Amino acid sequence: MKTPLALAVTAAALSATFAFAEEPKSGGVIDTIVQPEPPGLVLGMIQNAPTRTVAGNIYEGLLRYTTDLEPIPQLAESWEVSDDGRTYTFHLREGVTWHDGEPFTAEDVVFSADVFHRDLNPSARAVLQHVESIEAIDEHTVEFTLAQPFGPFLISFEAGTFTMVPKHIYEGTDFRDNDANRPPIGTGPFKFDNWDRGTVIQLVKNEDYYEEGLPYLDGINWHIIPDGASRAVAFENGTVDVLPNGTVENFDIPRLSSMDNVCMTEEGNEYFSPFAMLWMNNREGPTADKRFRQAVMYAMDREFARDVLWNGLGNVPLSAFGSNARFQNDDLEPYDHDPEKARELLDEMGYDGEPVRLLPLPYGETWTRWAEAVQQNLREVGIEVETEATDVGGWNQRLNEWDYDLAFTYLYQYGDPALGISRTYLSDNIEKGSPWNNVEGYENERVDELFEEAATAYPESEREELYHEVQEILHEDVPVGWLLELGFPTIYRCDVKDLVNSSVGVNEGFRDAWLDR
Amino acid sequence: MLYARLIVMRLLKAVIVLLLIVIFNFFLIQMAPGDPAAILAGEAGASDQEFINQLRERFGLDQPLYVQLWHYVSGIVMLDFGYSYRLDMPVLDLILQRLPATLLLTGAAFVLSLTLGIIAGALAAARVKKPSGSLIMALALVFYATPLFWVALMAVVLFSVYLDWLPAYGMVTVGAGYTGLALVLDVAKHLVLPATTLGLFFMAIYTRMTRTSMLDAAQQDFVKTARAKGLKPGVIQRRHILRNALLPIITLAGLQAGQMVGGAILTETVFAWPGIGRLMYEALMQRDYNLLLGIFFFSAALVIVFNIITDLVYRLADPRIKEGT
Repeated sequence: MKTPLALAVTAAALSATFAFAEEPKSGGVIDTIVQPEPPGLVLGMIQNAPTRTVAGNIYEGLLRYTTDLEPIPQLAESWEVSDDGRTYTFHLREGVTWHDGEPFTAEDVVFSADVFHRDLNPSARAVLQHVESIEAIDEHTVEFTLAQPFGPFLISFEAGTFTMVPKHIYEGTDFRDNDANRPPIGTGPFKFDNWDRGTVIQLVKNEDYYEEGLPYLDGINWHIIPDGASRAVAFENGTVDVLPNGTVENFDIPRLSSMDNVCMTEEGNEYFSPFAMLWMNNREGPTADKRFRQAVMYAMDREFARDVLWNGLGNVPLSAFGSNARFQNDDLEPYDHDPEKARELLDEMGYDGEPVRLLPLPYGETWTRWAEAVQQNLREVGIEVETEATDVGGWNQRLNEWDYDLAFTYLYQYGDPALGISRTYLSDNIEKGSPWNNVEGYENERVDELFEEAATAYPESEREELYHEVQEILHEDVPVGWLLELGFPTIYRCDVKDLVNSSVGVNEGFRDAWLDR
Repeated sequence: MLYARLIVMRLLKAVIVLLLIVIFNFFLIQMAPGDPAAILAGEAGASDQEFINQLRERFGLDQPLYVQLWHYVSGIVMLDFGYSYRLDMPVLDLILQRLPATLLLTGAAFVLSLTLGIIAGALAAARVKKPSGSLIMALALVFYATPLFWVALMAVVLFSVYLDWLPAYGMVTVGAGYTGLALVLDVAKHLVLPATTLGLFFMAIYTRMTRTSMLDAAQQDFVKTARAKGLKPGVIQRRHILRNALLPIITLAGLQAGQMVGGAILTETVFAWPGIGRLMYEALMQRDYNLLLGIFFFSAALVIVFNIITDLVYRLADPRIKEGT
């Protein structure tokens, strides 16, 4: 009696599985958008967002990361970490070729990391300063030896940050002026085909891709459409199938995502997990007082901003560590919207109504409105705010020269506090001339110590304790205002399948994507 | 003979003016806040001082201003417009790549607005007291007063989204791979909305001007003489009135032609037309100085060329105008 029942259950389970996991179909070209037009496609040389979006399909890294930020194989098939946390051995996939037919070997890895990125790539350089030596053990094995354990090491091999570039093309040349930059040569599932400046970038299927059967698509067309309303129209009238994050204005999202056969996902954003913040000048003016900065936190209605300006997408952060970064300390008291408390703090410090200058982020309509909302929130508690609008160039310069009181920004978290968070608070990161370092001018010896120890502590449990303490201090000091972990959705037609399957979303998603048409 | 000398003199003056424009623009751009190296670094989302220094050195931004100016001006004389920081290509290549698209768009808008404007104006003048004449003038007033971007967006909503007759953006159908006649037709289809949008405003002006100017001319003595001689009304309208009424329109058309490059920024952006106006806007936003200066240079050169052409056309239309006046 028992056996048939078990069989029936298994059969039901099997058919359920089949109903969900459809058989992918090969063929078809996907039309999508890149905004703005990238300056170039050689990923190791340029790391801005539009370049990553397109070139993440041409180039690859050693590892990929799931939406939970767990490493999975890409060009490295497997890897081992020594017991002392200082030696990382990567076993490379065999039978991988560059787009020009040359084999990919351990020598390429050594060249990319040790020569190319050390010279050109500031974000890889920050990781490489912990690396003592990189050696090719044999054709398919590479060993990285670290000066001391570095917690986030395994999470820094994403293609956009640590691109593998071909040694046979670049060795001994001036990298930037190399004619071989056109076309870009990678190992990825798609090859460069054509770029009509101002119109379209076209990639075609790499027939020799090492993963059997992949990619399913014949190609990808990246349309270049400078006007936001026109981009929305392109999706509405069916010219374009996929809108990667940030390609339409926020107020268009509800309308577009509620169209028939249109799907939306917030996944594929975990690696960057952009964190919107309010720089507060810790050096001078009312913002130099801790109580003023706390008052700003209590004055702002961040739920309102998320629900009304960002269509309910995103997440109100507790403090300096976002929810996608590891080691978040959940015991902290949240800064809820509490104008009364803000007024008390301002009274206590004896704030005399001296006006503060607010610099909005010149990245489109939503940011302008957000600045207006914050201005109104602050006025409610008696803080006089003057908004000073600039364009991107002016905004950069004002921050570079620390010429502001309050300023909007957003920064990527890169999955680990040592990569994306500590840079905002470390005092040796105070340097004029960059809008992305410790712009607010926060100095705290204990914080410096904790961040430094936590980056190199081993194993993970040691790190957690240190990071929890640093969050308590930052939470009290409020060096910057923590606004929102931004939710950047991908909008696509539902017959585009398996598009977002890693923590960088469409940046590499076309590898597995297929069309159910 | 006379024309040849005139053209040579004008071209000589033009060279001097252009050189002054180049120098003036160079300093004007330096006054804008923001530094290209910082913006490039900012775009990358991460930067350290070494990275920014590398960029500055590579673009020669670490040198004193007068050295930079000298390099730039001596380059221009050799027709070398420098290198675009951001797009990693020679400026001249970039401009030559994008100029044809802009000339096609603005040229089409120019011809469209001039032809339709003069015809509509002439009709309105001929039907000055009839409802049809008033209707033309009312429409001209609407197009004159409506903002360009709104017209563009409404045109897209109506003709692309609702009716699906015309493409909403771009210059060719991506991935279609048309050649020959099919390509020409495809581009023509893409051209309709942006050229109309760009042309409407000037069409309205030409209509109003042609009408006023023709009504003026119709009061002149020589027209009365022509009527007294018993010429047919159609001949009087065309030969006597219209020809005399054209002078102010030529002046304005010359101005419009000169503005062709700059005036297309908005239209090119909304319709994703791969022209030079868009390139200019992006260069400005990126503080891509060399590219921006190069585009300024070409726009200024175009204005000068069209001024010369306008002067020549003037002389054709009205032989009484002599050199030096």
